[in-house]
Amino acid sequence: MAMTSTLTSTERQIGMALSILLVCLGLVMAGVAKQGPMMVHGGMAVALGLVLVFVLGGALYDQPEPSPERLTQYDDAPIRFGIVMTLIWAVAGMAAGVWLAALMYWPEATPPWPATSYGRLRPVHTSGVIFGFGGNALIATSLYVLQRTSRARLADALSPWFVLIGFNLFCVWAATGYVMGQTQSKEYAEPEWYADLWLVLVWVTYFALYIRTLARRAEPHIYVANWYYMAFILVVAMLHIVNNLAIPVTWGAGESFTIWSGVQDAMIQWWYGHNAVAFFLTAGFLGMLYYFLPVRAERPIWSYRLSILSFWGIVFFYMWAGSHHLHYTALPYWVQTLGMTFSVMLLVPSWASAGNAIATLNGAWHKVRDDATLRFMFVAAVFYGLSTFEGSFLAIRPVNSLSHYTDWTVGHVHSGTLGWVAMIVFGAIYSLVPKLWGREDMAWPRAVEWHFWLAVTGTLIYVVSLWNAGITQGLMWRAYDEGGALSYSFIESVEAMLPYYAARTLGGGLFLAGALLCALNCRATMCAAGDRVDVSDRPLVAQPAE
Amino acid sequence: MLKLHYNLEKISMGLVGAIIAVASVGGIVEIAPLFTIEETVEIPADMRPHTPLELAGREIYIREGCYACHSQMVRSLADELDRYGPYSLAAESAYDHPMLWGSKRTGPDLARIGGKYSDSWHMAHLIDPRSVIPVSIMPAYPWLTRALDTRLIEDSLATLARLGVPYDADMIENATADALAQSRPDSDGAEGVRDRYGEDVPLRDFDGDPDRLTEMDAVVAYLQSLGTLTGEARRLMAEEDE
Ligand code: HEC
Ligand code: HEM
Ligand code: HEM
Repeated sequence: MAMTSTLTSTERQIGMALSILLVCLGLVMAGVAKQGPMMVHGGMAVALGLVLVFVLGGALYDQPEPSPERLTQYDDAPIRFGIVMTLIWAVAGMAAGVWLAALMYWPEATPPWPATSYGRLRPVHTSGVIFGFGGNALIATSLYVLQRTSRARLADALSPWFVLIGFNLFCVWAATGYVMGQTQSKEYAEPEWYADLWLVLVWVTYFALYIRTLARRAEPHIYVANWYYMAFILVVAMLHIVNNLAIPVTWGAGESFTIWSGVQDAMIQWWYGHNAVAFFLTAGFLGMLYYFLPVRAERPIWSYRLSILSFWGIVFFYMWAGSHHLHYTALPYWVQTLGMTFSVMLLVPSWASAGNAIATLNGAWHKVRDDATLRFMFVAAVFYGLSTFEGSFLAIRPVNSLSHYTDWTVGHVHSGTLGWVAMIVFGAIYSLVPKLWGREDMAWPRAVEWHFWLAVTGTLIYVVSLWNAGITQGLMWRAYDEGGALSYSFIESVEAMLPYYAARTLGGGLFLAGALLCALNCRATMCAAGDRVDVSDRPLVAQPAE
Repeated sequence: MLKLHYNLEKISMGLVGAIIAVASVGGIVEIAPLFTIEETVEIPADMRPHTPLELAGREIYIREGCYACHSQMVRSLADELDRYGPYSLAAESAYDHPMLWGSKRTGPDLARIGGKYSDSWHMAHLIDPRSVIPVSIMPAYPWLTRALDTRLIEDSLATLARLGVPYDADMIENATADALAQSRPDSDGAEGVRDRYGEDVPLRDFDGDPDRLTEMDAVVAYLQSLGTLTGEARRLMAEEDE
């Protein structure tokens, strides 16, 4: 196994010890629970731990010690694993999205058993794409960027593996839990308490790895991409812990009650929810943008000042904006007003970031035209600008009175997630995969072009059809006839949605087809892996042994 | 300023501290007062917590992800008042851990659904929505006719009591029996349910099958309770209309 070849035998032994601990943890979980999702999850931990024990144990006997030369190179093996997981989750999570979209048009297709019902699969989609696809991409690219911009190897060899494998265990627990009916029902924070605790452990290790590697950097300054990745790591930890505070019903039930209730819970939930958007779906990906776009375009970031301004603007303003999810509700009015005000101000740093990225491309437009990979990043920056403009607009109270609860929100969500998040990830993947697998280019360069157009067309069809859907819905709900009675029953508004839902399914299908093509293209590239040394890579600065 | 930042970029823990400090302000200013300002949540005198059976129904509502398509928060907008009823008060979800206000209305709001339809309507609708509303896009839930698992009910009430929901020792102790008795109006335990949760608590065989206590009993009892835990919202609306 190539995965273990860069580990020394001591590291392999420690890894085995950790894997045995994981087996024990799984046994305890299964033993305490005796039934239900928590027992199944315990079983998964046992299985994963055993596989790791065998892999590492096998390596101990069969594989030679790695050469000391590895210390003069970057540690890329865990990053390769992270990229593969990103692709797997992309296909699985988006396939779930397309299936859900189809169910909204064609509900009779729901099978008569519980596991695949709409309400259980919806969080599989959201967690699958946000955490599985987005999270793996963020962790993998952050470790890549961290090493290059610090010109230092990761601080140790085991913790990146712990972070990535542990994070994926969390994602699998989450998705399989929902299917079995286990959920806290808090949007984007559905997993139960033990999975949440596990994620805290993973996240603390991730943060420690980041800081320890930064401490070894050979550059005096911390590059801007790393500020964003750090904000992502830190604030997500803060949000995750506060929002998920809960008391388990019994130790073995795998069920809990959140300690927050009613209006306070709503405010904390959306303080979390909105900033999951801000620090998971935005800050981390801005870090990605700030590294991969200038590198690919071979131009420096347009303005250093602007990047400082937008960074602190985003960190400060976003945290106030969550209450725009609660306009006209039982939340006190002044909190809604604050949320609205800060959401509008948020447009300034958001557009500063988007503008900075686009201005960086000045002088490299011919590359944007010829290179689909760079074009992915350019389109991502444009959609980032569009969706933040739309967001600030939706946060204005009277606009929100129309848009809230409708498919307009879902349209906004996907202009951000498809147009911005997924596009920047694809741009980063197409930049990284050839480098990390020792090749000059992707195996099928033409397929990147195809993927680009599938993704753009899919996003546009998706977003435009849901704008129409949402606005129609909102207007129908509030329409009165001359007699002063409501013009439409609810079910009439549902019927009016059907053509849009069908179109959205088609748009999502195109987007999924593109993602699948990307995964196959990457697989072909990986299978033909060469041993070309990436000459553009910044050389690592030798470190004294620890 | 630029100079200061230029130096900050050299100290990783400095950046960490600054990020935490800057990011904390918004949350502290907006969230902390919600716990101290008394008026945020005024609990009306007639407010009752969910009965054990309703609570079990709520857990099924969460398990099946009904909240992904249904909100439970009527906003203070004219068309919502006309369509759904009085706007929702903070107090109405004060005992909800977590709240289920929702963010998407693929289906209608359910905050005032209690009493709108008969039990048998709900039952037929949940088993096959299209048998009642031919163009509905709601999924069917035929498996809700299986037996209700009551093993966690007592512990659930005890946990909620620790979090401040007014379940007393008597309620916790009788939780499992009350869940069954609420669906058996003629049984011995029925009187106890009334004593503990009030005269207005509906005692009926929700799913029309007197021999079994099913998940359907629990879900329908929960749906019928929505908007009926206090009369305060309707009283306030009546006052405002005058
Ligand atoms: C895919 C989205 C979806 C899910 C999930 C869903 N519903 Fe619905 N629901 C609808 C739609 C659409 C309607 C309106 C058409 C109808 O009455 O069937 C509706 C209507 C209703 C109504 C009637 C409301 C009224 O005022 O007429 C009730 C009650 C209801 N649903 C309960 C539930 C429960 C309980 C669950 C979970 C077990 C659930 N729904 C899950 C979409 C959904
Ligand atoms: C300036 C930046 C932004 C602002 C002010 C903003 C504002 C908003 C508003 C007002 C809503 C609707 C809330 C409601 O009515 O329920 C919303 C929903 C949402 N936005 Fe944004 N948005 C911004 C950027 C983004 C970006 C870039 C993304 C994705 C990458 C995104 C993802 C989401 C998601 C996932 C929701 C749905 C939450 C839910 O209801 O479940 N937003 N946003
Ligand atoms: C293949 C493309 C995709 C399709 C077809 C799709 C489809 C869907 C559907 C049908 C819903 C439920 C909407 C509703 O409740 O009415 C949804 C919700 C959501 N999806 Fe996607 N999706 C896709 C890709 C993505 C990606 C890549 C992301 C994130 C990176 C994403 C993030 C979300 C989020 C955050 C929500 C919740 C929105 C809300 O609560 O308002 N989706 N998606």
